[in-house]
Amino acid sequence: MEEHIVIIGNGISGVTAARHIRKLSDKKITIVSAETEYFFSRTALMYVYMGHMKFEHTQPYENWFWKKNKIHLKKGFVKQIETKSKTLHFAEGDTLEYDKLIIATGSKPNKFGWPGENLKGVMGMYHKQDLENLETYAPNNKVCKRAVVVGGGLIGIELAEMLHSRHIPVTFLVRESSFWNGVLPEAESAIINREIMANGIDLRLSTNLKEIISDENEQVKSVIIEETGEEIPCNVVGLTAGVSPNIDFIKDSEIKTGRGVKVNRYLETNIPDVYAIGDCAEQQEGINQRRPIEAVWYTGRMMGETLAQTICGNRIQYNPGHWFNSAKFFDIEYQTYGWVWAQPKANEARFYWEHADGNKCIHINYNKNTREFIGINTFGIRMRHEFFDKMLNEKQSVDYVLEHLADANFDPEFYKQYERNIVLKFNKENNTNIQLKKKSWRRIFA
Amino acid sequence: MNVLKQLGLALFIIGIGIFTGSIFTGNFSLTEAELNEFLASKNYKSELIKDELKKATVTKENLNIFEFSSRVRNAYKTSNNYYDALIAKYDAEKNWDKKGEQYQYKIYGKPHTLSYEIAKKAGSGFVKENSGLLWWLTFGLSIIGALLFIIPNLVLLGRPGIKNNGIYHKASTNRGGIAWVVFVYLVVFYLLLYFMPDYIVNWTYILDPISIFLNGGPASQWFVYGFLYCTVMVVMAVRMYIKYRHNKYQIIRTTSVLFFQIVFAFLIPEIMTSLNMPGYDFKNAFPLDYDFFFEWNLDNLRNRGAIGLFILVWGTILTLIIVPVMVYFFGKRWYCSWVCGCGGLAETLGDPYRQHSDKSLNAWKLERWLVHGVLLFSLVMTLVTLYCYFSGAEAFLGIKSQWIKDTYSFLIGAWFAGVIGTGFYPIFGNRVWCRFGCPLAAYLGLVQRFKSRFRITTNGGQCISCGNCSTYCEMGIDVRSYAQKGENIIRASCVGCGICSAVCPRGVLKLENGPETGRINPNDILLGNDVDLMDLVNQK
Repeated sequence: MEEHIVIIGNGISGVTAARHIRKLSDKKITIVSAETEYFFSRTALMYVYMGHMKFEHTQPYENWFWKKNKIHLKKGFVKQIETKSKTLHFAEGDTLEYDKLIIATGSKPNKFGWPGENLKGVMGMYHKQDLENLETYAPNNKVCKRAVVVGGGLIGIELAEMLHSRHIPVTFLVRESSFWNGVLPEAESAIINREIMANGIDLRLSTNLKEIISDENEQVKSVIIEETGEEIPCNVVGLTAGVSPNIDFIKDSEIKTGRGVKVNRYLETNIPDVYAIGDCAEQQEGINQRRPIEAVWYTGRMMGETLAQTICGNRIQYNPGHWFNSAKFFDIEYQTYGWVWAQPKANEARFYWEHADGNKCIHINYNKNTREFIGINTFGIRMRHEFFDKMLNEKQSVDYVLEHLADANFDPEFYKQYERNIVLKFNKENNTNIQLKKKSWRRIFA
Repeated sequence: MNVLKQLGLALFIIGIGIFTGSIFTGNFSLTEAELNEFLASKNYKSELIKDELKKATVTKENLNIFEFSSRVRNAYKTSNNYYDALIAKYDAEKNWDKKGEQYQYKIYGKPHTLSYEIAKKAGSGFVKENSGLLWWLTFGLSIIGALLFIIPNLVLLGRPGIKNNGIYHKASTNRGGIAWVVFVYLVVFYLLLYFMPDYIVNWTYILDPISIFLNGGPASQWFVYGFLYCTVMVVMAVRMYIKYRHNKYQIIRTTSVLFFQIVFAFLIPEIMTSLNMPGYDFKNAFPLDYDFFFEWNLDNLRNRGAIGLFILVWGTILTLIIVPVMVYFFGKRWYCSWVCGCGGLAETLGDPYRQHSDKSLNAWKLERWLVHGVLLFSLVMTLVTLYCYFSGAEAFLGIKSQWIKDTYSFLIGAWFAGVIGTGFYPIFGNRVWCRFGCPLAAYLGLVQRFKSRFRITTNGGQCISCGNCSTYCEMGIDVRSYAQKGENIIRASCVGCGICSAVCPRGVLKLENGPETGRINPNDILLGNDVDLMDLVNQK
């Protein structure tokens, strides 16, 4: 009898783990989810509301895929984990026994105890159910005359873009003095502020929510601003002030939790045969300057890839490579490779180039003593992941990176290229004489 | 802005309405002199046809085209039936000489085509006499209306960038009622064009002056189709320019298909005709140009002197050398989405429907059987034709040359490429023909898959599996299934339109031509994870 691997959560982490376990073994695999029957791409929910896609387009695998690969799907809500008898108890009343358990339950939107946060018309933008909610309360600008989005992160700006696509006026409350400036340097943050306003969003910086006011039907009527006491009438409030691990159902079990499920570098919890991956896993300490909890698509996937090895007999540490990420802020694409902190550290120097149109920029971080390249932010110019991964592996200098910047460009053919201007500006500011090399296929595909 | 848009839509519908309605207008009859002139040009041997046609067409009655067509077709049928009866009679009597004699009196040709030839001469009425005015009321109004509908998007779509907002909320682009109306209209249009050209003879009158200006002769239904094709492409190219104004690849590509359609497919052949040369589309490669090696074409080209010979050599070189070499360097996109006329229409008129292609594995399986089946069909047909041409035989390998040519022309040339290929746009997407039916695409695809520098590069580990690329792939490629594995997309069917790259919100996809080594790179673990693990698992 093959051992039974049960995975709670059918997001990118759990599904990646399942797929890789299947590649490596014939173990019995069950994926449990209370949210949807099939895996879908959470990051794509916005496009369903915007009408770019239908929900089924967000499902990366056809429905026959699971049966063909003998991955059992169970819809149900896990209420309790009994680790001694290795049994899951479902809210629906039934139970399921496992040999090994992978917790991959992801995140849930933060709520900070705002008055009125549970009214009708108040929602996060995380689950499929949130999308359905939004469709009910904000189908168009007749039903929803104004929406207020609270929280200046990636989900917040996406929700603003979603509502904007249906011509619903949006007020966007951001606690920080500039959008996402806890992560991005001021210059990039300023570009996004401009982009938000250029799309007609009522952006309120350094502004907090005080309370949400109800109408007579327990539905949102307006919000009150903390700083000014201003009342903004609205029909929908989006709460997007970050996410935290979705682990309430574990709290009573033997499994050790902090903010998330505590795991070691092998993604093992304190209980044998119980593992946690993805948004809900919390490392004892951050790996290579990463945060202990990383609620990012890519890290969830990497943990799934890694844990599958361990489960299938090749016990291996979770060891993510160089940091990378991407996002899109309305029409501005953002990619980052390596580290570019909001504030430079003591040993760091920065180089910033911005296009005259104000929609494109690059920001390079390097060690001012050794000149080692540390990271890059790029707005409006696509760059090659492989290029920067290689630069970071080889610990190349900022000068070397700039010299070979043409190799990094990943924009579609015929796009205007800016490497020459970028290098020119760097030379001027730093009194260097870097000569831009022509793009070389040999180097790119070496 | 919205008012302008609505006004444009109204004008467009009026224009299309008049265009469609014009079919039902006009009177059709001949004088005896006109009929005699026609018969003289035709040289029919049948003794009946003259009287039958006279009864049918020389009349004071006000016949519309449908009544006229029915009478003419009956006349031909009566004549042919008469000789068929004689053939049967002599056959029964075993009088082979007499039986053989009768065949010369039969008149071959499709009934509606015979009827079209007479109708073209027989028509009179407002449309024919006011072709200029009618042009403005049909083409003119539709073009102005369509542009008024499209140009406000410059403002209404918002700032430059991918704005697919609401595509799945609108009936026109989400297989709703409007899409089905367009579907029926297009299908009926192609059925008339291919099988009942006499019914649309009024349209040819509208374009007679332009045709005479360009090639010296009155417009045929194919001239109407060519002119309409160019017009539609120009108008819908304006839409492309606005929608993708931030994307230079799309702008240049759209300009390229427009140029090749207007200059190569339309103007050059017309001008060649006016210079008494064979009208030839120099970019139309065999086997898409499936009748290139048909007897009539070979005979025609051989009898036209130097230019005919040049075309013969060029057409052969185009298929055997230019096409595969270009595919090696640039992928099949150089043809399918930069040059080809079918591709040109798909990338302009068809762009609003690109999301309807079927991405399922089953559709891919069907695609491979069908498209390669058609390629094989076209090659067998050509082989049989050429063998018979040079040997003088009627059949090869037990396949009759005439039969296989007729079958191919009917099934593939008319039904698949036309009625299904374009008619099905609003429901099954804009590349049904290119994906499932085009033999040239199959050929280019084989080269692209096995010997080419082209690929869509996946950018390391950046894919978030959102599905925009797959949704908007007109060829039904599940682009995401490769991107989310960090794997380059190397697919025979990819026409390199570049939309997957355009709609990707994370900058993951790039069409490029590079070295062949490492072009195909299946990965289990994506870039960004533990280097040792990647090495361990991705060993090839």
